[in-house]
Amino acid sequence: MATNHDPTLPDPTTPGPVTAQPAKILYCRCAYAKVIAPEVKDEVLQRLTRSGATFEAVPDLCEMSARRDPALKRLAAEDEIKIAACYPRAVKWLFSAAQAPLPKDTVEILNMRVDSAGTVVERLLQAYSNGEKPS
Amino acid sequence: MITPKLPLRIGLYQNGGSRLLGDDRHYNLTRSLLDKGYAVSVIRSDSRLGPVLDGAWLLLGHFGKDGPLPAMGNGNGVKLYFRDIEGLETSQILDAVEEVRGETELPDPGGWKPWFPVIDYNRCTNCMQCLSFCLFDVYGVHEEKIQVQNESNCKTDCPACSRVCPEVAILFPKYKSGPINGDVVRQEDIQREAMKVDISALLGGDLYGSLRQRQTEARQRFSTERDESRALLERKKCLRKLKKDFDIPDEVLMSLPSAGDIQERAERAKAKLAARQERSQTVRDSRPAPSEDDWGI
Repeated sequence: MATNHDPTLPDPTTPGPVTAQPAKILYCRCAYAKVIAPEVKDEVLQRLTRSGATFEAVPDLCEMSARRDPALKRLAAEDEIKIAACYPRAVKWLFSAAQAPLPKDTVEILNMRVDSAGTVVERLLQAYSNGEKPS
Repeated sequence: MITPKLPLRIGLYQNGGSRLLGDDRHYNLTRSLLDKGYAVSVIRSDSRLGPVLDGAWLLLGHFGKDGPLPAMGNGNGVKLYFRDIEGLETSQILDAVEEVRGETELPDPGGWKPWFPVIDYNRCTNCMQCLSFCLFDVYGVHEEKIQVQNESNCKTDCPACSRVCPEVAILFPKYKSGPINGDVVRQEDIQREAMKVDISALLGGDLYGSLRQRQTEARQRFSTERDESRALLERKKCLRKLKKDFDIPDEVLMSLPSAGDIQERAERAKAKLAARQERSQTVRDSRPAPSEDDWGI
């Protein structure tokens, strides 16, 4: 199947063993409000799908927090996680409200309300671009 | 807290047994699912779902004649469903997702704009002004700590409680501007907040007592003046000021409880407090007197 796969990224077409590699990228669509520019969130999502990266995309972190969704605990328990969403202070306390506090030093929150899609994607995929395969 | 039932989650399964979706198709499908309110895990080569805790998952992929690889580690009540989406258009895939959701009897995702306050506990001083101010029971107290307990009670687009917080500790992540939207709190924000309406000071420290007093005064004034049109004008002026200063939507102003409702609520709160005090008094009285052992003698 034809893909525009970046050669510096892990090859997604190579069947590999099914191992425990958790997702390290979380993308919030902020689906129920118009506070993130559509062109930014669309471009970030598009580039993520083309990147070959494993990621989790959620319709709305606020909604998950209000529901105390256990998936937030699973995500917060990752060794390192990069989150594309909105203001870091808001994201931090949304996780906390769901009893899923984010780790202090191993989380990077990218703000799609103020940063460009390019900046966000670059930061999200940095480990991949450096040739490092997430463990 | 809103419905505790977890929605159906979607896995776009592109592991060994499932061939890759094309990039554009992958993007369009992911975007459509997200916009319909489904969370999507993109599972690629050399990866798996991670430690799935619970809930129901629908794995979509091109599985071919061999079918999907056997699911691993799906204990703990996790339900897995598979659908081969080879040759299906995005709309057909969405139909298939809805079909599975129907089978699972899980709730329809979306349908509620998640608008509610989020407390920044690095700033909150537990002053309870938000609790006193909010008339919709959004806030509650657990182990003497203020909490957001009824998110869905919050009135959409109303940031009023964040406006009365003296510490800029209440966020509404979907609000248009900072610092209420979670943007960094700057010195000028703190200075501005200090000038906000201090509800306690405004009402003399006893919110419900003051409301009762105001109501009594209003009754007396209206009974002597009998000027209902003037009262209406005053109310409109007051509402306009609230709307302007606090950015409160009309819908919220229209749904504010009447003075009678507020009084009733105050009576209920007072009765609850009295009952609690009585209970704690009873507990104290029923405790045996400390023995010498208790005192370490």
